[in-house]
Amino acid sequence: MEAWNGFKGTKWQETIDVRDFIMNNHESYEGNGDFLAGATERTKKLSHKLDGLFELEMRFGGVLDIDTQHVTSLLNYKPGYLDKENELIVGLQTDRPLRRGVNPFGGLNMTRKACQAYGYELSEKVEEEFLYRTTHNDGVFRVYNEEIRKARHAGIITGLPDAYGRGRIIGDYRRVALYGVDRLIEEKKKDKEALAANPCDAETIRRLEELYQQINFLGKLKEMALLYEIDISKPATDSKEAVQWLYFGYLGAIKEQNGAAMSLGRVSTFLDIYFQRDLREGRYDETAVQEIIDDFVMKLRMARHLRTPEYNELFAGDPMWITESVGGMALDGSTLVSKTSFRILNTLYTLGPSAEPNLTVLWSKDLPEGFKDFCAKVSCDTHAIQYENDDLMRPIYGDDYGIACCVSAMRLGKDMQFFGARANLAKLLLMSLNGGKDERYDMQIGPEMPVYEDEYLDYDKVMERMSFYRDWLASTYVKAMNMIHYMHDKYAYEKTQMALHDTDVHRYMAFGVAGLSVLTDSLSAIKYAKVRTIRDENGLIKDFETIGEFPCYGNDDDRVDMIAVEQTKLFLEALKKNPTYRNAEHTLSVLTITSNVMYGKKTGNTPDGRKAGEPFAPGANPMHGRDKNGALASLNSVSKLSYQTCKDGISNTFSIIPAALGHSWEERRSNLINILDGYFARGAHHLNVNVLDRELLIDAMKNPEKYPTLTIRVSGYAVLFNKLTLEQKKEVISRTFHEGV
Amino acid sequence: MRAYKSGPQRKGAMSEKDNFVDNGSLQTGRIHSIMSMGGVDGPGIRCVVFLQGCSVGCAYCHNPDTWTREGGDLMSSDEVAQKVLRYRTYFGKNGGLTVSGGEPLMQAAFVSELFGLMKKEGISTCLDTSGHGCTGEKLAALLKNTDITLCDIKFTSQEDYKRYSNGSLDVVKNFLEEASKAHVRIWIRHVVIPGITENEEGIKRLVRIAECYEGVERIELLPFHKMCIPKYEALGIPFQLADVPECTGKRIKELQMLIPEKYAGG
Repeated sequence: MEAWNGFKGTKWQETIDVRDFIMNNHESYEGNGDFLAGATERTKKLSHKLDGLFELEMRFGGVLDIDTQHVTSLLNYKPGYLDKENELIVGLQTDRPLRRGVNPFGGLNMTRKACQAYGYELSEKVEEEFLYRTTHNDGVFRVYNEEIRKARHAGIITGLPDAYGRGRIIGDYRRVALYGVDRLIEEKKKDKEALAANPCDAETIRRLEELYQQINFLGKLKEMALLYEIDISKPATDSKEAVQWLYFGYLGAIKEQNGAAMSLGRVSTFLDIYFQRDLREGRYDETAVQEIIDDFVMKLRMARHLRTPEYNELFAGDPMWITESVGGMALDGSTLVSKTSFRILNTLYTLGPSAEPNLTVLWSKDLPEGFKDFCAKVSCDTHAIQYENDDLMRPIYGDDYGIACCVSAMRLGKDMQFFGARANLAKLLLMSLNGGKDERYDMQIGPEMPVYEDEYLDYDKVMERMSFYRDWLASTYVKAMNMIHYMHDKYAYEKTQMALHDTDVHRYMAFGVAGLSVLTDSLSAIKYAKVRTIRDENGLIKDFETIGEFPCYGNDDDRVDMIAVEQTKLFLEALKKNPTYRNAEHTLSVLTITSNVMYGKKTGNTPDGRKAGEPFAPGANPMHGRDKNGALASLNSVSKLSYQTCKDGISNTFSIIPAALGHSWEERRSNLINILDGYFARGAHHLNVNVLDRELLIDAMKNPEKYPTLTIRVSGYAVLFNKLTLEQKKEVISRTFHEGV
Repeated sequence: MRAYKSGPQRKGAMSEKDNFVDNGSLQTGRIHSIMSMGGVDGPGIRCVVFLQGCSVGCAYCHNPDTWTREGGDLMSSDEVAQKVLRYRTYFGKNGGLTVSGGEPLMQAAFVSELFGLMKKEGISTCLDTSGHGCTGEKLAALLKNTDITLCDIKFTSQEDYKRYSNGSLDVVKNFLEEASKAHVRIWIRHVVIPGITENEEGIKRLVRIAECYEGVERIELLPFHKMCIPKYEALGIPFQLADVPECTGKRIKELQMLIPEKYAGG
């Protein structure tokens, strides 16, 4: 086939196997970033126009415009452009840039509220259409029991995706470019026919219907491209087409779904194969190649979903988590770093810093030095990238996995996940002491038991109570997740994204915990100091007096760090006692996004000395100001958490002032590389890196107009600082910034 | 210019006679604190061990809490080594342990043993010193286990040393001589204090001193700052330079221009 001229390998031609294509054709790049081109005049013009729109959007209170007349899907809008004459890559979610569509499939009420929050009303037309439709949200609340509703209300389980798209599914968008849509339809038809041999049970019937929908939406994807006068039925023939085809795959997915976190996957080195072929054949030069990437990234930066203000309180800064995993090593020992790994990071210079796409470097000790140095430079300059340990993940997921959301690894096109929510572990402790009562509402949430009787807390007795309530919490959590994902499959199935997966997928059910460091330090206080309970008039424990010293998580002290390790293990074990929907594999993350602020608000006084309402530390971070032995001790503590236990990811956000990292920028880069190498050599999973001064953030809080593009890493993603709420800004500033000694 | 009290009367500083005694096979050190990460305390990423006790008592010292030999934790060289080894994965090709203070030379036998343990593990050793506190064989033994020294030349004239500290330029010169003989890499540091060391003549003298010794790779100028004032207040020790303004980064850059290119290395 002409489109594949010059490409090596045969297996990928016979079956859908993007990995085999990459392994046969990728060109490792061991050099540095000197070859990179800057932004062209065209790019600058478009980028300037886009920045103007972003500014306008901010001035409009975060949403530029909403189309309340059409329900978002692949074919419901006329084609839209940023600048039709000058764009290289086309396609918008709606008919105009930054105009948001409405997506009531997850829940009609959320959509209504979101429209109202920005001064719009959902149209009669859409209201009427959905009068006779069941949304995902309707389905879930038909089956939720009292126990789940209460747990949800008290905030011991928070962030259940029961009113919007669940997200966290990564379509293998590369398939659209490599194979063209016709071939993908053909393969899905074959899979559907093959199912005829299976016993005709509920699971088979469900799969038959899912395949019908996948095929149907692949057809719509082709039609969607045709609206832009582009035919994607056949494989892409050059690099511009490859980018365009791939982007259409992603665009179809975000037109259809509004899932929290819809990642891009791992596309750079795949696309590099096309770029290198065109460069060899003289079709493009480096400047032209960068231009195509820039245009593509501009499109990604324009992606939007309509959310309610409450959603933004949980996930600050209007994030999309268009996570692109960059770099890493192949199983054969070669590096998957290519020139396009550099080019995609280079967009942070050509287009300026940005929170999206969520650029994630898969770090290995064996990455080429030139790439390590370039990444460190990007981190120091833009605070916009994060790092995850490829040497840790590769043995589990192979060398063609991507990161969903922030830290959640999946094999591309082969794994999917049922994601949702976090259990508040600090609250679990308080609820255990109060016999299942919530400490804020005085309301019975869990099974009833007398309130802890003694004046002083005894570690063993507390552990015993916790193990009872942990089992209850885990069981409630799994039930809620099963109901949510059953209903999501039924009423809001991801047709486009699942069409870009193998028909036989492995499913994870990704659970999460919040407040790990608060729980850990509280248990340490109970174990190593004396904790006296303070009760209200009804005998409920509302506060604590902690007498004496106790070790805190974040100081590389095993006495306390192992409590954190044990608590995550116990929670996963408790979850595993409960069967999951579609036999998904239970996994656990220690990740809070920015919801650590909100979780803190919902949690009373804790024995570690944290006052009611105060924010938790984000993700797996030690509590602010308690890590007293410097940066490496803090990193060592977090690195002890077991990835085997927390396979859905362990998020750590690391902020350091430039002056503490080295005298010159050259030293800072080299020291940052050593920190990353050292942290990951200890089996740690993830690191968000901010190299900046606290004073800069304080100034940015006071004078937002001076810092329109200030981007910082929060828990697992990057965010435009100006998009955080005041409360979230204050929390970010209060975090530990590692300073010199 | 206002007269400052010279060193010997300064309250709190230990005297050189208090030097720690060798006590058999395993040395015990008096540790002020251990900071797991330093990015500006020698080459690469370094774990920094601060020792307790210093007799030099410079007027601008930013760690007055390390002067007295009282306080701190007693730890054996092996205990400290085990702590440092917890951070070895971060050291990379050029990082390692830096011993600072206080004045490490006042606990030379301990540091020497600790460095020895590090060398066995292949970990780089760095001595952050004022050059005071130990001479002769004991110093030679320590330098044998030292890869690099950050030698802080506090002042570039004997008079200033007398005036603002208990130290002596001759003692520092002797230290540099010994370090140079032992083939230890030398980074010279010098704090630029407005009105005291912030002048071109002084920086030129600093360069001339450096030029006398083989092994000097770098001369670092550090700006005088006053972040240490709360420490002085807590200790009840008057901070003699309270009225002196902090040194700006711009001024450091200007003075750095007087330092030959060859001393930008390391």
